[in-house]
Amino acid sequence: MDPSVEPIRGLDLGVAHSKLLLRTVSDVRSNAELQHAGVADGETKKMNMCQAVNDAMRTVLATDETSVVFGEDVAFGGVFRCSVGLAEEFGRERIFNTPLTEQGIAGFGIGLAAMGHTAIAEIQFADYIFPAFDQIVNEAAKYRYRSGNEFDVGGLTIRTPCSAVGHGGHYHSQSPEAFFAHVPGLKVVMPRSAVQAKGLLLSAIRDKNPVVFFEPKILYRSAVEQVPVDDYELPLGKAEVLKPGKDVTVVGYGSQMYALENAVQMIERDMPGVSCELIDLRTILPYDIDTVMESVNKTGRLVVAHEAPRTQGFAAELAAEVQERCFLRLESPVQRVCGLFVPHPLVFERMYMPCAVRVYEAIKNSLSY
Amino acid sequence: MLRTAATNVLRQAKPARSAVFQYSYSMWSWLQKPKKEAPSGGVTATGSSASGSGAEQVARTMASAAGEETVTFEFCDKTFEGYNIEAPSQTTTLTKSDAIALYREMQMVRRLEMAADSSYKHKLIRGFCHLCTGQEAVPVGIEQALTKDDAIITAYRCHGFTYMRGAEPVGILAELMGRKGGVSQGKGGSMHMYAHNFYGGNGIVGAQVPLGAGIAFAQKYNNEKTCTVALYGDGAANQGQVFEAYNMAKLWDLPVLFVCENNKYGMGTAAGRAAANTDYYTRGQYIPGIRVNGMDVLAVRHAIAYAREYATSGKGPLVLEMKTYRYGGHSMSDPGTTYRTREEIQHMRSTSDPITGYKARILEAGIITEEEIKSIDKSAKKLIDEALAKAKAIPEPPASDLWAHVYKEGSDIPYLRGRVPEETHYYNVD
Ligand SMILES: Cc1ncc(C[n+]2csc(CCOP(=O)(O)OP(=O)(O)O)c2C)c(N)n1
Ligand SMILES: [Mg+2]
Repeated sequence: MDPSVEPIRGLDLGVAHSKLLLRTVSDVRSNAELQHAGVADGETKKMNMCQAVNDAMRTVLATDETSVVFGEDVAFGGVFRCSVGLAEEFGRERIFNTPLTEQGIAGFGIGLAAMGHTAIAEIQFADYIFPAFDQIVNEAAKYRYRSGNEFDVGGLTIRTPCSAVGHGGHYHSQSPEAFFAHVPGLKVVMPRSAVQAKGLLLSAIRDKNPVVFFEPKILYRSAVEQVPVDDYELPLGKAEVLKPGKDVTVVGYGSQMYALENAVQMIERDMPGVSCELIDLRTILPYDIDTVMESVNKTGRLVVAHEAPRTQGFAAELAAEVQERCFLRLESPVQRVCGLFVPHPLVFERMYMPCAVRVYEAIKNSLSY
Repeated sequence: MLRTAATNVLRQAKPARSAVFQYSYSMWSWLQKPKKEAPSGGVTATGSSASGSGAEQVARTMASAAGEETVTFEFCDKTFEGYNIEAPSQTTTLTKSDAIALYREMQMVRRLEMAADSSYKHKLIRGFCHLCTGQEAVPVGIEQALTKDDAIITAYRCHGFTYMRGAEPVGILAELMGRKGGVSQGKGGSMHMYAHNFYGGNGIVGAQVPLGAGIAFAQKYNNEKTCTVALYGDGAANQGQVFEAYNMAKLWDLPVLFVCENNKYGMGTAAGRAAANTDYYTRGQYIPGIRVNGMDVLAVRHAIAYAREYATSGKGPLVLEMKTYRYGGHSMSDPGTTYRTREEIQHMRSTSDPITGYKARILEAGIITEEEIKSIDKSAKKLIDEALAKAKAIPEPPASDLWAHVYKEGSDIPYLRGRVPEETHYYNVD
């Protein structure tokens, strides 16, 4: 984005300049959630999100004998290097390459998990999860229910890199979380940073339900934090208030959080006295309606954003739920800032994206309604 | 068309000359005992001993019925292998101009990929870009065995096929750069290119294969004497839908040729690490198959002609495996050297290159001179350079194109929201 244009005016944008990241050890020490998890005072290590994902898998492999990691090219480290070194450390029987067979990968993982094992599958790009869609939606999600709790696939976690990187085009950019958020029996998670990725992935792997874990691939290298070396879990189904505010609630997840952060910075600079509450949903299913509701009851305004197309996107669910629960508190219609309703475009990605400027406009609309 | 211009120069082929020629079979070197490598280019007029027959083969030239001079080449032993079907014959005859066109087109495809490579490195291409350098004999050989009414569908490694199906290099290069003048109007990019009876350019590995069966069904339904070539890689061969497509195709005896381009790797995974059976030509089980030396353009052409005849005569599908090799990485972001050695790549380049090998062969056969070869090489470079310059000058599509082609024009949903309310795109406004 051109930093000279309105309303950016020289603001440093994006994850590289984000204040949401725990860049120093003292950021970790003072983080309430990490304190609660008991790791705030322990050793930390500088990691990007890719390394944090790797660290989470290493932690599980070292503590859970039944755990295995598999997917296309994962034994070599995977295309994004998330599983690098694991095969060497834990053996090729536990970290192995599968053929190119997404439906097979998912189905295989379901069978493995049904035996009570911990199956950590990688689908190379979220765009390639659709051949596995049937297995995830029809087999994984319904196994417990349809067997009257006799069988389950709680040990299954499917990790998959998602979202835009600037040039991915139609099949290396999509954010398909809403498809899965429509399915009872699944959990759907998307972290925003390294610390979050480690804690949430550990929870996802140990959760007794099948989890689809989306990793915004643009953050693999760019989101660098001091990450606790110890084993810790961050709660699923719990949103995080990243910044308290009184006038408008701004909600998102994944890499979109950085566009939201920038939009909030611009609003607060341009509209003195206004303060925005910024919330990272983190888990998309089951989502933390209570935290969002509490915030909207205070601010009276809600802006929701995600990269996936707006029509039938997850923001619609949140907007509907909030209007039902907070109707009398709302000062303005819920605003959604999302990807456009077109296939994820190659040359037009910048137009497609729910960038900070668009979020800024939406917050303004919400405030001035 | 560019190609006709270039052909004319070469039509004045020299008078026939008998030449002793045998193709060096170095492509199979990894299957066979190591043998002496030929000094430069790897192909010699006398060939290697790999054919096993020991007999020297002759390339004969003569006049065809239509008066055009033809040339006959013999293949050596391991060129084809049949599975539940007799392998294609060991000789092939084609007109001299076709023989020369094969060379020219392979050179054009290579030049095109070189231009793509450099454009990518100059940051003119965004997104993914998969080159077919090393595999040129496959698109070139297939095209000459088909008619323009036959259909082709493949995966993302599609530049060569797009060109061979008749797209102009400028349209391909412009597409790579996301320009309005691209073959997909700048909206597809490297992986999504199309042409007449060329159904793409598909990003989801394996997804194109059942489409091939559907296309072939329509051909059969229309009583056309045409077929569809559905291509996929050795990696893609493991996707379940490939087998679903096989079954439908055989069940209904569809005129579809399933062609596996076995370049030994699917991204970083060697074929043998992903497939329980790497004889891809046998993987149709109840569908006969043919393994082909995919580094030999004449073999590809000959096998496809044979297979086309089979499929269009109502006998149903075939599975062909083209043994080939990609020189570069999987895509531009893969150096291609972490899962295979530099020596392996170098060895393939120096012993099995489809262009070098074929050049030696046609020179040996006496249907072209060194001078003519040089002039083809030069003109290929020039044509691609010109196309690249033209492509660079083409603008990106206008913003309004963002909303075009989501639905059929006129049947669109009423509007698509823009970034801001003023930008909302309304369809059907009179
Ligand atoms: C469904 C799906 N899964 C994974 C990918 C990522 N991917 C793209 S190409 C490729 C390897 C394919 O290898 P192969 O079929 O041998 O074709 P080649 O690249 O060698 O031409 C993979 C894993 C994809 N595009 N689609
Ligand atoms: Mg391959």
